[in-house]
Amino acid sequence: MKQWLAALWNSQLVDALLPVFATLAALLVGALMLLALGANPLVAYAALVEGAFGSLNAIADTLVRATPLLFVGVGICIASRGGVTNIGGEGQFVVGALCAVLVGLSFPDGPALLVVPAALLAGMVGGAIWGGIPGLLKAHFNVNEILSTVMMNQIAVQGMNFLLIGPLMDPVQLQRASRIPQTARISPAFDLPRLAPTRLHLGTLLAILMAVLVYILLWRTTLGYRIRAVGLNKEAARYAGINVPRYIALSLALSGALAGLAGAVQIYGVNFRMFTDGSATGFTGSAGFHGIVAALFGQLHPLGTIPAAFLFGGLLVGANKLQRAVQVPAALIVTLNGLVVVFVVSTELWRQKRARRRVIERPLERDETPLIPTPPAATGQEGAV
Amino acid sequence: MIGELLTAQVLLGILASGIRLATPYLYAALGETFGQRSGVLNLGVEGQMLVGAFAAFYVARQTGSLWLGVAAALFVGALMGLIMAFVSITLHAQQGISGIGFYLFGLGLSDLLFQTLLGTVQTVSGFRPLAIPLLSRIPVLGEVFFNQNLLVYGAYLLVPVAAFVMDKTTFGLKIRAVGENPEAADSLGVNVSLVRYITVTLGGALSGLAGASLSIALLNVFQQNLTSGLGFIAVALVYFGGWRPWGVLAGALLFSMVNALQLWVQVLGLPIPSEFAVMMPYVLTILALVVAVQRVRPPTALTKPFVREG
Repeated sequence: MKQWLAALWNSQLVDALLPVFATLAALLVGALMLLALGANPLVAYAALVEGAFGSLNAIADTLVRATPLLFVGVGICIASRGGVTNIGGEGQFVVGALCAVLVGLSFPDGPALLVVPAALLAGMVGGAIWGGIPGLLKAHFNVNEILSTVMMNQIAVQGMNFLLIGPLMDPVQLQRASRIPQTARISPAFDLPRLAPTRLHLGTLLAILMAVLVYILLWRTTLGYRIRAVGLNKEAARYAGINVPRYIALSLALSGALAGLAGAVQIYGVNFRMFTDGSATGFTGSAGFHGIVAALFGQLHPLGTIPAAFLFGGLLVGANKLQRAVQVPAALIVTLNGLVVVFVVSTELWRQKRARRRVIERPLERDETPLIPTPPAATGQEGAV
Repeated sequence: MIGELLTAQVLLGILASGIRLATPYLYAALGETFGQRSGVLNLGVEGQMLVGAFAAFYVARQTGSLWLGVAAALFVGALMGLIMAFVSITLHAQQGISGIGFYLFGLGLSDLLFQTLLGTVQTVSGFRPLAIPLLSRIPVLGEVFFNQNLLVYGAYLLVPVAAFVMDKTTFGLKIRAVGENPEAADSLGVNVSLVRYITVTLGGALSGLAGASLSIALLNVFQQNLTSGLGFIAVALVYFGGWRPWGVLAGALLFSMVNALQLWVQVLGLPIPSEFAVMMPYVLTILALVVAVQRVRPPTALTKPFVREG
């Protein structure tokens, strides 16, 4: 029994649950903050769970909210496996959405079967370009991609503001002089089909499909093998004849493409138009950042990111309910998100230690190389220039 | 139109506000320089600045003492720096991502406290310009350089101090050793973690001060997301400045001048959409990074947690 418990404790299951423990720890700190604000944390967190999973509609909302996180998170998996850090999800999301909405608005009478895929593709291309620029700069000029992607976010937001206040503003808003910075609604014929009598739309399935495809790409194709080789050891990859700069640029571009697709799906599945409150968050809901957390939750594995995104989507949807239930400012949620990120990345050390111990304690099987498994290309840990 | 932009008065105005606006960049980027030279990338500067800005504003408003406000900003900044240090040095968290966590945390917390404790945008009478005797009498330039407030002078004084500490003191040598080759430093008896803890905490304190310089010396207000990306630019300035205080000064001045120019473009109502004006510093940052990284190499151990072998 004791042995069995030890085996369970050392199993990878506990590893997979580490982010969950980290989130619980973050929520504990959040409980203290709620107490300080004079709210009952039990009531608050009960509202959170109910808001996230309490009814069919709540679950549908959770899935809808999880969809962009899954797209972005799967993209983050590609970048991280390729050894680069993509903090630019926000900007890529915005540019992808802009490209997608432009396609829809340009061909309002086109056949949906043609226009919608074209729009989603445009979103991917836009995101790929926005991620590819820092990728090329990193590959050829050794510019730190963490910084350049952050800057690209700000540039994208200003570009969006300019377009939505200017040339792309809804003609109706122009007439009314209310001038809300948003585009016209795309033709209802282009709306992604709903999956149930809820807000759930086809994009969610598309996101799951992309996660599977990216898994196949990374682990079952030469391209993916090369991306991972570059991420694990650039020098070794170079000696193996891999064009390292090309794959650095490519992983950031692919990562951006998925964030761009997230933006496109947000338009065609949820908002049906683009709007801005002046910041990135207004439209993206910080999906570009939350996607990173989802990917970390999922151990930077596309398939692991699927449940992680749904869990985190639930947290975000539930948080809205929490805010209404105990009347605290919405800023609390942003604070909590920050805490979750910090706590989740802080489990890294334990995960590494456990991985090392597992290898030492376990007898080697036949034909197995006694290699300590390298942790997944530690994002930003190497060559962060 | 160009002529309109280039009158002597406008140029002096840009120069004076450029000198002033460099203040938060200087504090934050000099603090970050210490952290990065020792091998830790703190991407949470923006969050530390926001919390520092709120603490300074709130304490100054409640107590009527600007210096208590400064102390509060230094304290909360240092506290956040200490937590960042724990997370990245002791727990080996990925620095690029934990920094984003601290940014979100600071963004949310400062907004939460602002809404709970203040509710509306209020003002405070911040640090007044302090004319330096004689020097401020120099025609034209005296007004630009020697009639600023104390926090502005402090930021410029910090540059030679930081350069001296980094290049001429034992502690500076330890910082550089820990950032370049932690194994060697460790074998010589330097406490790698302690040095990094000190630099990251110091960096946090200076980021807090950078926030205070905005909320009680330059703008004299606090509002949601007061810093709006300034902290991220400060991190980029460290790269741009080649991890050297004087280089950081050059970068901070370049950026604050562009920012001042951008503000004047808007004030003068020139026909450039304000979004493009706001975009300018970010585009410039990327271009500056391209140029800067060709010249100098970053600290070898930057973002790498130190693990003692054996």
